Amino acid sequence: MTQIVLSGVHKRYPGGHEALANISLAINAGELVFVTGHSGAGKSTLLKLIAAIERPSTGSVIVNGQNIGTLRARGIPFLRRHLGLVFQDHKLLFDRSVIDNVLLPLDINGFDRREGTRRARAALDKVGLLHKEKAQPITLSGGEQQRLCIARAIVHRPAILLADEPTGNLDADYATEIGVLFRDFNQVGVTVVLATHDMQLAARLNPRLIEVRAGRLAA
Amino acid sequence: MRRWLAAHWRAFSATLARFAGAPLTSLLNVTVIGTALALPLGFYLVLSNLQGLARDYSPQPQVSIFLNIDAQEADVREITQRLKSQPGIAGFRFVPRDQALKSLQSRTGLGDVIAGLGQNPLPDAFVVDAGRKATALESLRAEFARWPKVAEVHVDSDWARRLDSLLALGRYAVLMLASALALALVAITFNTIRLQILTQRDEIEVAKLIGATDGYIQRPFLYLGSLIGCTGGAVAWLMVWGALWVFNGQLRPLAELYGIPLTLAHLNGSDSMATLLFAGGLGWFGAWLSVRRHLHHYNPS
Repeated sequence: MTQIVLSGVHKRYPGGHEALANISLAINAGELVFVTGHSGAGKSTLLKLIAAIERPSTGSVIVNGQNIGTLRARGIPFLRRHLGLVFQDHKLLFDRSVIDNVLLPLDINGFDRREGTRRARAALDKVGLLHKEKAQPITLSGGEQQRLCIARAIVHRPAILLADEPTGNLDADYATEIGVLFRDFNQVGVTVVLATHDMQLAARLNPRLIEVRAGRLAA
Repeated sequence: MRRWLAAHWRAFSATLARFAGAPLTSLLNVTVIGTALALPLGFYLVLSNLQGLARDYSPQPQVSIFLNIDAQEADVREITQRLKSQPGIAGFRFVPRDQALKSLQSRTGLGDVIAGLGQNPLPDAFVVDAGRKATALESLRAEFARWPKVAEVHVDSDWARRLDSLLALGRYAVLMLASALALALVAITFNTIRLQILTQRDEIEVAKLIGATDGYIQRPFLYLGSLIGCTGGAVAWLMVWGALWVFNGQLRPLAELYGIPLTLAHLNGSDSMATLLFAGGLGWFGAWLSVRRHLHHYNPS
């Protein structure tokens, strides 16, 4: 089943910069996909289009059967609840504990506290941070912060996991650890789309590779 | 439904925690709003107390009819007949001139002066109890003045009507003051919520990215606005209560001098409740304006 379909997508930012040109691709449910390319090639823009953070200038982006280009603003939150987003800069909230960061998506999805806490613990356990559930995120190392970000992205069991340079700031060992995490999620059926310029990681996990070069798909 | 209630409860308790977490800011906000509300509230109280006094101490509106000095018994009977068939009056009594003179003598201590007059200068009079309606008094006065042998007609409750219209004027002033300060309250919450949105922009951005609806994001801010307004209302209530306590203490010696129980009463239960709700509503409105104005700036990118 195709879960993400881009056809003839162009993305021009205000000011005329063309980030993506004529992108067409399809991603099936349960695939593990690496979007590779140099920084500035348009990897992040591609992910933002899938997450409905940006809308295509022309062409159509269809995620879970919904057209991002025509989706109304009030429909976006409900689309995003099927997604898990992992950011290079983590976007953690430093005014609350580790577990409260993981509870946020469950809160938004309307889980009650008890069930939510159970799930949040399970997610933290999965990324190896359960022993730090009461800690403040600021006290975590870079790798731990990234794993916390991943726990937050998967705690509501999304169908699609999008990760933008998740290993960007990490040394090779940490990067492998994170990469293995993503593969584990993929093996239980989650579609994983990961933007990276780390070809070593790609070589280890053997994903489907999509290379973006100057806003176009490389042949 | 339970989910919805739980979500609201969670937003509300988070708001309470945030409110208590920045006690100085909250205290300052609430004090400003409280002061702004205490002014019109205090004026309103003084006015309604005055109005109560006016009602308690003004007798039923009365019209006095004075006959000519040379009026005869037949004329008195004629007026009596006419009054009996007059609609719109509650009752009347006849005050013969001799009786009026006697009561004047006994009550004022002018006995010697009056005795020296030689003849009674007072006319026969009727005292008519009019109904409660102040507007009817004028037409009664005009009617009585046309009757035969009537020298003069007096409306005795003129002072009460003047006080009433003064109070009505006062109520307008209070209303205007209250409107201006309500506007101030809305502006204060607007700005407070704006700052709150600024300090929580990271949270707002992340929440949007992981699928929070606008409703979810707005909820705590709207609660915060209502909470600030409501607490401000409560502070205003307490301020007025304190002021009344001090004022009544000062009023007691004065009241004893005049021998009347003269204390200002505080707002009754429903007025107090209305004050709190009104303040809370204004706070909510300010927050709502602020949220509408500022939230959509924080679209993630």
